[in-house]
Order: sequence, then structure tokens, then C-alpha cells
Amino acid sequence: MHTTPQQLSAIARRVRRQIVEMIGAAKSGHPGGSLSAVEIIVELFYDAMRIDPKNPAWADRDRFILSKGHAAPALYAVMADLGYPDAPPDQLNTLRKFGSVYQGHPDVRFMPSIDASTGSLGEGLSIGLGMALVARLDARPWRTYVMLGDGEIQEGQIWEAAMAASFHKVDNLVAIVDYNGIQLDGFVKDIMEIAPVAEKWRAFGWHTIEIDGHDWAAIHDALHEAENTKGRPTCIVAHTIKGKGVSFMENNPKFHGMAPTPAEMELALKELQ
Amino acid sequence: MPARPKFELKPGPATREAFGHALVELGRENKDIVVCDADLSKSTMTAFFANEFPDRFFSFGIAESNMAAAAGGMAYAGKIPFIASFSAFLVNKSFEQLRVCVAYPKLNVKVVGTHSGISIGEDGPSQMSVEETSLACSLPGFVVLCPADDVSARALVRAATIHVGPVFIRTGRPKAPGIYPEGTQFEIGKAVEVVAGSDLTIITNGLLVAEAIRAAEALEAEGVSARVVDMHTVRPLDREAIRRATRTGAIVVAEEHLVDSGMGVRIAQAVAEIEPCIMEFVGIHDRYAESGQPFELLDKYGLVARDIAATARKALARKR
Repeated sequence: MHTTPQQLSAIARRVRRQIVEMIGAAKSGHPGGSLSAVEIIVELFYDAMRIDPKNPAWADRDRFILSKGHAAPALYAVMADLGYPDAPPDQLNTLRKFGSVYQGHPDVRFMPSIDASTGSLGEGLSIGLGMALVARLDARPWRTYVMLGDGEIQEGQIWEAAMAASFHKVDNLVAIVDYNGIQLDGFVKDIMEIAPVAEKWRAFGWHTIEIDGHDWAAIHDALHEAENTKGRPTCIVAHTIKGKGVSFMENNPKFHGMAPTPAEMELALKELQ
Repeated sequence: MPARPKFELKPGPATREAFGHALVELGRENKDIVVCDADLSKSTMTAFFANEFPDRFFSFGIAESNMAAAAGGMAYAGKIPFIASFSAFLVNKSFEQLRVCVAYPKLNVKVVGTHSGISIGEDGPSQMSVEETSLACSLPGFVVLCPADDVSARALVRAATIHVGPVFIRTGRPKAPGIYPEGTQFEIGKAVEVVAGSDLTIITNGLLVAEAIRAAEALEAEGVSARVVDMHTVRPLDREAIRRATRTGAIVVAEEHLVDSGMGVRIAQAVAEIEPCIMEFVGIHDRYAESGQPFELLDKYGLVARDIAATARKALARKR
């Protein structure tokens, strides 16, 4: 690990504050699923992925697809922190506003450093599969990481892609399920049960690892294990807490898709000191 | 002066077969071309490519949505992916993926629908595509092509490869009468006047170009000079060709598609903007077809030379 867990935790706290501020300023957005994804996205961008934020078009960079595109604030905050040229830190609070590069969902037209436009759930794993097939065809070393929501895997296309990825043996593809247990209408188990999740991925031929998605060492080790897994793709089922880091947002379906009020934002930022 | 067909109709291969051969030729020239199919490669003729370039051919099984989005991923990574299936499945089933994973980021994906229209024949309506021109044309940035014969199909597949951006190509199952001599040049967005004429203009594409030529011959015998224009590019339309057509005072649009959502309504919009003109339409009217031989169906559903000529007479009567 190039970055220590203490350093990563400091970054994660910074990113969480930014998420709350951005969504608060936008007065709309998805705090819960942005906060649950923070450790995974931070670990990927600050440690696991071979990327060069100063040279985002580097052909051999690892790719990251935020298939759960509504967690865009987490991605934007990380990209701004890392100094991507099209992610100006001083404009983060223009999220979702007219004219902002920080569109409601990731949009390559506004931010070419993003690897794929997403937002319509269920499609990012297929995009990642296409990328992984190209990397292998061209015998290039880059890897593709796709972050999925747990509610998102209710989409049938996810399983078309899951079937095809193991059939094509793309071991350079990693899916990460942000298993926070909540979707827009409520708890996943009440809307459309997806359990048992790991068993489903295993049945589709994926090397599957279950971890605590807020544990740096667990995320690091799982990504490392994925890289060393040959002949099949890896799925990391990351158990997370929706709204992680802000007590009144944690496990609260209300904050799937609702911005904090100014008072709530102040409270949240205090907790994230 | 009587209208005279510039080209003699002769038996020719299906446009899907032309596509399959063109793809192999292009694959030899351009290593960035990759091809994806959804368990219909023997019918879409991508099997020719698969045989010669197995590494660059990807089987997606019967899962069109995943295939379309994966093609987006391949294009993001710098390839020129062709995805093929029956039009009915490819466009309808993966419309959402073509929207978000291809059109919206404006990726260089080539979407080739085969077995389009009702001339797929015996398989019946579940396999017949009579809506997809409308769907493809509704996607911003998409070029939409519908070649008439072997020569034009091969030329337009090549043009689609050179064009940077998403393209939908509508091809057919049955053998298509040969219209153009080998080597004829085609340009995206530039319609071809197949038969010269001055009393009215028949604008058509695909399999109906041959029917329109026959209709023009029948009209010629009645002393009517009908122009026939092959509008092989439905999007973007050749507005200059449409402007010239309005000057003949009457336009008939003929297409193997639902008449109220295909090329005809798009041309009517252009006509309304350019110069109002009498228009009549030949197409499928608000219904699904049935099993049968291709030309039995074209005959029953009003898409043959007889129907085009009758519609032309109606337009001429309104003109006078």
C-alpha cells in the first residue's frame, strides 16, 4: 500500500465533507449512496488503480466506471482532490447547476477524464466488459473496475453482462457491488430481494469475495486478490452502510435521494470534522 | 421526354450478404474493426468475418442489450465495433443501450440490422422490423442508412466505417434486385436519382427502389415522367434532393416501414420547411403483418410497383 490507512481515512473524511457540501449546495442529489461508496472509490483512485491524473488520456490507464452514476459526487470529489484537469476543486459546489462540468450523473462530454457516461442503471458492467475485451485483444495491461449499486443489480442486463464476462474469461474486469441495502423506495429486501448476492455471482462464474466495504485493508486485499485471479472476472461484494459517516443519514432510506437542509448540512459537517 | 430507367434490374444478393462481405474486406484493411453478434451470425452474415478474424469477433449470445452497451465500451477504448442482429431485436431490445451507451456519448458504434421490414417473410411479425427506422432516427447524432442493393450496401458499409460516429444500417433478408453498376460511388447524405423524370418524384429506399423503378416504367407507358430517388440515407436527409423533388410538384414516398413513423414523415417535415408540395405515402398502415413469402407480403401490404404507381396517379390527380 502506497498510502497508509491513516492517510486514506483523512482523504475519505475530506471527500465525505465535500459530498455533503456539494449536495447541500445543489439542493438535490444522492448523499446516501455517495457516502457508502467513499472508501472503495478512494482506495481505487489513491492506491489500486494505475492512473495519472495529470495525463487522463493515458492509453494504458486503468478504467473506472461508476455504473451507479448517482454516486457522482463521490467520484467528482475524488477527481478534484487528485487534480484531474477537468475537475476544478473550486467549482465542486456548482454540482447539478446549469453550466457546471459537475453534471447530475457522470458525463464524458463535460468531463472527458471520466471513462464512461452513466446514469441509467444496469449498463455500466456491459460497458466495462467491452473495455476489458479490448484490453485483452490488444494485449494491454490495463484493468477495468465497475462500481454497481445493490439495487442496480435488479436490472436484467447486469446478469447478461455477468454471464458474458465469465464466458469470455475477462480476468481484467472487476465488479464491485456497493451492498448498502437501501434503494430509492426503501430497503432492498422490501423492494426486490437480491440475496443471496455472492452466490448469484459465483453461479455466474465469477470469483467472488465478500468484504466490509469500509475496511481499507479488506478493500486493498480484495482488489489484490482480483488482480491475481486468472481465467475469470472478480466480483467484490462490499457490505457498506448507506449514508456512512453522518449519523442521521446512516441506514436511512430518506437520504438515498434527498439533499440535507442547511441545518442538517451543518450538523453533518460537524460530525465529519 | 419519357422517363427512362438509367439502370437495368438484375438478380442480386441480399443486402445483408453484401454487408457480410464488405465487413471482411474492411476487416482486412482496418485492424480496429471488431464485430459482435447475438447468436445470428449465420443469418446476419457476420460469420464471414468470424471465420477470417476469430480474435476480433465476439459472441454475445441472445442478449442484445448487453451487446449494444459492450460495443459502447469497445468504442470508448478506441475500436470500431459493428454489432449485428435482426433489426427487430437489435434496435427494439437494445434501444435504451443505444441511447445511453452509444448516442449520448456519441460513440463510434456501427449498428447493423438485418431481416428488416416484412420481407423477412415466413418468420412472421415477431421477427419483422417495421418500427426501427423511426427509433434509430430518434437518436441524436445517429446516421441512418437503408441500402437498396449489393453495390450500394457494400459502398455504404464502407462509408459508415469511415464516418466517425454512430450509424445504423438497415439491411434485408431476401435477394435484392441489382440496381447499380459495380463501382458506383455513394456518399452518406447524398441521394441518388435512379430514374430521371419531371412530373413527380418517387422517393424511396431499400427493397422498394426496384419496385419504384418498375412503377416509373408503368407510368412512363401512360405518358407520365416519374423521377425515382434512392434516399439511402434517412438521417441526415438530402435536403437538396428534396428541394429538387418539390419542383416536380408532387412527391410520393415509398418505404417498407410503418408509414406514420418512418422516412415519409421525416421527408414531409423537410418539405414543410423547404417548399410545400403535394405528398402521398406508401408504407405499412397501422398493423402487423403475417407469415408468407417476401413478395407475397409486399404485395398484400401494398408495397409493390402497382401500389407505388397507383399512389403516384393519386398525387398527380391532386397536382392537376
